[in-house]
Amino acid sequence: MGGSDTNSLQAMLADYAGGKIPVLAGGTDFYPALGDRPAPHPVLDITRIDGLKALGKQGADWRIGAAVTWTELVNAELPSAFDGLKEAAREIGSVQIQNLATVVGNLCNASPAADGVPPLLALQARVELTAPMGVRVLPLEAFILGVRRTALLPGEIVTGLLVPEHPSETFSRFKKLGSRSYLVISIAMTAITLVIDGEGLISDARVAVGACSPVAIRLSALEAALMGSNADNPNLAAVVSVDHLSPLSPIDDIRGSRHYRMKAVLEMLRRSLADCAGERTKS
Amino acid sequence: MKNHQEKSQGHRTSFVLNDRLASVDASPTLRLSEVLRELINVRDVKVGCNAGDCGACTVLVDGLPVCSCLLAVSQIAGKRVETVAGLMANEPLTGKLGSSFLAHGAAQCGICTPAMLVSATALLRNNRNPDGPAIRDALGGVLCRCTGYRKIIDAVLNWDQLPQQEDGQVGASIVRLDGQAKIKGTDQFADDGAPADALLLRVVRSPYHRADFELGDLGAYRRANPGISLVLSARDIPGENLFGVIPGYIDQPVFAENYTRFKGESVACVVGDPDVIKHLDLDKFPIVWTERQADLTPALAQAEGAEQLHLGKEKNLMCEGRVQRGNATEGLANAHVTAKGRFETGFIEHAYIEPEAGFAVRIEDRIEIHGCTQAPYMDRDGIAAIMDLEPSAIRILPSAVGGGFGSKIDLSFQPFIALAAWMSDRPVRITYSRTESMQSTTKRHPSEITLQIGADKTGKICGFDFVGVFNTGAYASWGPTVANRVPVHASGPYSIANYRAVSRAIYSNCAPAGAFRGFGVPQSAIAQESLMDELASHLNMDRLQFRIRNALDNGEPTVTGQVFETSVGIKPCLESLQDNWHKALAAAERFNRAAEKSGAPERRGVGVASGWYGCGNTSLPNPSRIKAGIGASGGIFLHQGAVDIGQGSNTVITQIFASALGVAVDQICILGADTDVTPDAGKTSASRQTFISGNAARLSGENLRNQILRLTNATTDATLTISGSLVSVDVGTGEKSQINLRDLAEDQNGYVLSAEEVYDPPTKPMDKNGQGDPYALFGYAAQMVELTVDTRLGTVELLNFTAAHDVGKAINPSLVEGQVHGGIAQGIGLALLEEFIPGRTENLHDYLIPTIGDVPPIETIIIEVNDPHGPYGAKGLGEHVLIPTAPAILNAIADACGAKVRKLPATPERILQAITKTSKEAKTNG
Repeated sequence: MGGSDTNSLQAMLADYAGGKIPVLAGGTDFYPALGDRPAPHPVLDITRIDGLKALGKQGADWRIGAAVTWTELVNAELPSAFDGLKEAAREIGSVQIQNLATVVGNLCNASPAADGVPPLLALQARVELTAPMGVRVLPLEAFILGVRRTALLPGEIVTGLLVPEHPSETFSRFKKLGSRSYLVISIAMTAITLVIDGEGLISDARVAVGACSPVAIRLSALEAALMGSNADNPNLAAVVSVDHLSPLSPIDDIRGSRHYRMKAVLEMLRRSLADCAGERTKS
Repeated sequence: MKNHQEKSQGHRTSFVLNDRLASVDASPTLRLSEVLRELINVRDVKVGCNAGDCGACTVLVDGLPVCSCLLAVSQIAGKRVETVAGLMANEPLTGKLGSSFLAHGAAQCGICTPAMLVSATALLRNNRNPDGPAIRDALGGVLCRCTGYRKIIDAVLNWDQLPQQEDGQVGASIVRLDGQAKIKGTDQFADDGAPADALLLRVVRSPYHRADFELGDLGAYRRANPGISLVLSARDIPGENLFGVIPGYIDQPVFAENYTRFKGESVACVVGDPDVIKHLDLDKFPIVWTERQADLTPALAQAEGAEQLHLGKEKNLMCEGRVQRGNATEGLANAHVTAKGRFETGFIEHAYIEPEAGFAVRIEDRIEIHGCTQAPYMDRDGIAAIMDLEPSAIRILPSAVGGGFGSKIDLSFQPFIALAAWMSDRPVRITYSRTESMQSTTKRHPSEITLQIGADKTGKICGFDFVGVFNTGAYASWGPTVANRVPVHASGPYSIANYRAVSRAIYSNCAPAGAFRGFGVPQSAIAQESLMDELASHLNMDRLQFRIRNALDNGEPTVTGQVFETSVGIKPCLESLQDNWHKALAAAERFNRAAEKSGAPERRGVGVASGWYGCGNTSLPNPSRIKAGIGASGGIFLHQGAVDIGQGSNTVITQIFASALGVAVDQICILGADTDVTPDAGKTSASRQTFISGNAARLSGENLRNQILRLTNATTDATLTISGSLVSVDVGTGEKSQINLRDLAEDQNGYVLSAEEVYDPPTKPMDKNGQGDPYALFGYAAQMVELTVDTRLGTVELLNFTAAHDVGKAINPSLVEGQVHGGIAQGIGLALLEEFIPGRTENLHDYLIPTIGDVPPIETIIIEVNDPHGPYGAKGLGEHVLIPTAPAILNAIADACGAKVRKLPATPERILQAITKTSKEAKTNG
């Protein structure tokens, strides 16, 4: 592991020694987690693996390689379905963090407050896991299992994300509530993806909420309620009710109480839906 | 380029550093920041948190700004790394930015300046005309605790236009005299100067808020860990195992003995080979802990059966303060309207970007301590007592200080390295981690304040009754000062005949609370100024007019009975806000009418608050001494011991001295601070340096000038010119006298002319009711803020501040503005964001200070009501600047949406709760 050469995935996985060494990507979670301790060595530095920097179309999917940073995502030309993910990217830490941190690392860190998870849930992202034995693909919901817990098996790494191509008429929005402008851990965040048909009706709706449960989750009842609604309706926000939030189980912590988080999420979802109608009427 | 070997894990990484090939042998996962600083001595890269929370270590990698503390050195193989020193040398854009930073006053302490310049360079390379939002996004990841960011934004916006420079006399906005080193990254901060062969010291600290402990076999531990040269604990202290800042309250051990009183308290330290010490797992240190029930609040510490923290301090009451005048009870009984409330604030962390650090060297029978401090002579005397040495055996050499704000007045790291250097006879170095700094150093006192104020029908305050309880933590530190200052200041700058204010400082099992910009006054102002708004509303009076109506005036007694005949400046401050105030009120009304109509959730509000602050110690001697000399070849040397922690004393003291002597600032060479070289100019605290050390500098300058005038029999208004060894004195009649300095005898310092002057402000003791003249002068302030509240999320958007400050005379108006901006930023943090919770918010991602996106535009109005005691009329300013900010914000929130937040910080959640409460009350009442 030296020099500036990158290495083949297979060779690197062999070095990975069945997962007995830690994985390093952008380092933005790896180093802070060390506290005052020196960094372990060796590590599997996936930023050196050939091909994992790729971001682009792969068949019916968009593929985000495991070494793609948030800045690279923001700078990439992507369809409107990715707008929400890009909004999240710009709110992650700061530019100094976005230049290092990877999209995939945000998922693997499996923090309840990971800003990347709700928009990727709302995009129906799938996670590609690679081991010396082969490759498997899991829906994101099946990948993050709990606080700091993922479905990764020993010896396996995430090599990329797959996001299905969306119709061009897709509205996508991310909202983050934090108590200051930059470098802030979210109190709550919401992400919506609305696919809109030729008549302006919502034909597919995905809504995800973060920092309000051990793992960010989708609100299927709200999604169902939105199906068939008129996306141009200025009162689209009225579709959301408190009952739709029942899958959430926020905790009380220093950033906010359960009660406040529920109230805030309700408001953020309403605003996101109002934005949809507002922007459509504008254009 | 010098290369070192990280032992046993060496691996060569080559990269381009500042346009030159570099190659290091290091463990591949070593942080880039550590490689740069420790292996190849690139010390212009600063480390503030090691967690990506502060951005101080920002460098460019292939042109992109990244936190170098989050990058493995192996990840930069073959890449291009640029740091501020390289950019200043190679990138013209950075050179221009650097000059712009200095010209705009965008660098104060300078610890964040390298990262700001590096990040701004990356922005300008892609966009030569960035707007405000682009600048904020580019710099959002770099924290600054001094400047309030506005001057940084101005400096980047106007990077290619430099304002005209002025001459440097009193009243001129000259660039800070110590600025060049700050933009080039060459300033030596606390962690930048350690010799390469220094041993490393780490401190073993209590993991519990209160615990008993027993040290194991330290000798066996040392033998089992080759590379450890010393393990030190209480029994190794030659003198007193105690330190503190106020006589009678010296109560904190260097190393706890058998019992720790707060989480993070030191119990021992290990010293040795840096590579070994760095890798030690201190959890394996031989110590057995028994955790005990801890009392973290005054209520718990004073409850029945609570354990007493210190002998002789019953009920954990450390001390009380009181000021009483007239009859508060009667005054309130006769009031036409009253307002009453209970207010709470939490611990506030200073959060300077530079954690404590330094190194000590034994030189025969003396110890030299290099590092960050606000109080070199107090450090010297404190270390002397701990080491059982004469004070003259201790030399304190303050480094550049990467922010202080009060916490670096107290000893922290110094005793450990002094002891270790003394015992090992080797240089010993220490660097606090961010967590260690936050756990163990002093904080702003949490407060619980109960206050009632009454006013008569005409709107005149007629009664004021204040009780403040302050959590002083495990040790006294500056707690007694807080207890004394608060009752004197709790009135605010108002004339109040019937007044009672009592303060109590209570010990608890928290980190010691000590000095923090304002010594308790920002907390009391929150209660007092919030209730002023309520009284105005009860009286149906304009809130600003109500304040003007009650403002203290010349010739009126303060609540301690002190009378200032000419220098009270609060009314001019308040009156200067009137235009903006009325415009803001009208704008808010229009905005809210439109919002109600459209159903938008935002509501706009306007808030105002006043503040005052007495400069210098409270009714105690507080001298500053300044020495200066002129050499035979015409060099003018100012021995400037007033430590510059970013606020600008190096510049202001020099401006005063230059004006008094009658020469240009750029002719003066500044020496110090260094206790072997500079006489005692006191501590940098209590807004005293401009006033007190400034006066000593003025007297020294005048003394030198008079000596020269006497030598030539010239009149006092003569013009001096010192050019080489020739001094010309021009009395204006066309006649010029000359002295050749080489004709004069040199003293033992090599000076042919010298002066050393002391200034001690005139104060008078206070009696048992707090009546007396505690301060020679006060400074005054009034600030207003416009903001919007999102009434459904509880979030606040600050729109702008107008800050009026009576500084007597602005010695350097740009530095005055810098202080105002920085104080407002800290006030914003106090109001909306910050709370240190021992054991929970011990890092800069859980403890949130304002970022560049959180401080709105600030208009500064400088008021100059000269003070007869101040140098050229100047008053202090450093602490006044944050006193009105938090209450102004709370008042504006209440104005916007009715929410009365009584417990700080006013988080979105608390604001939303207060809104709900208000609307419920309105419903019940309606």
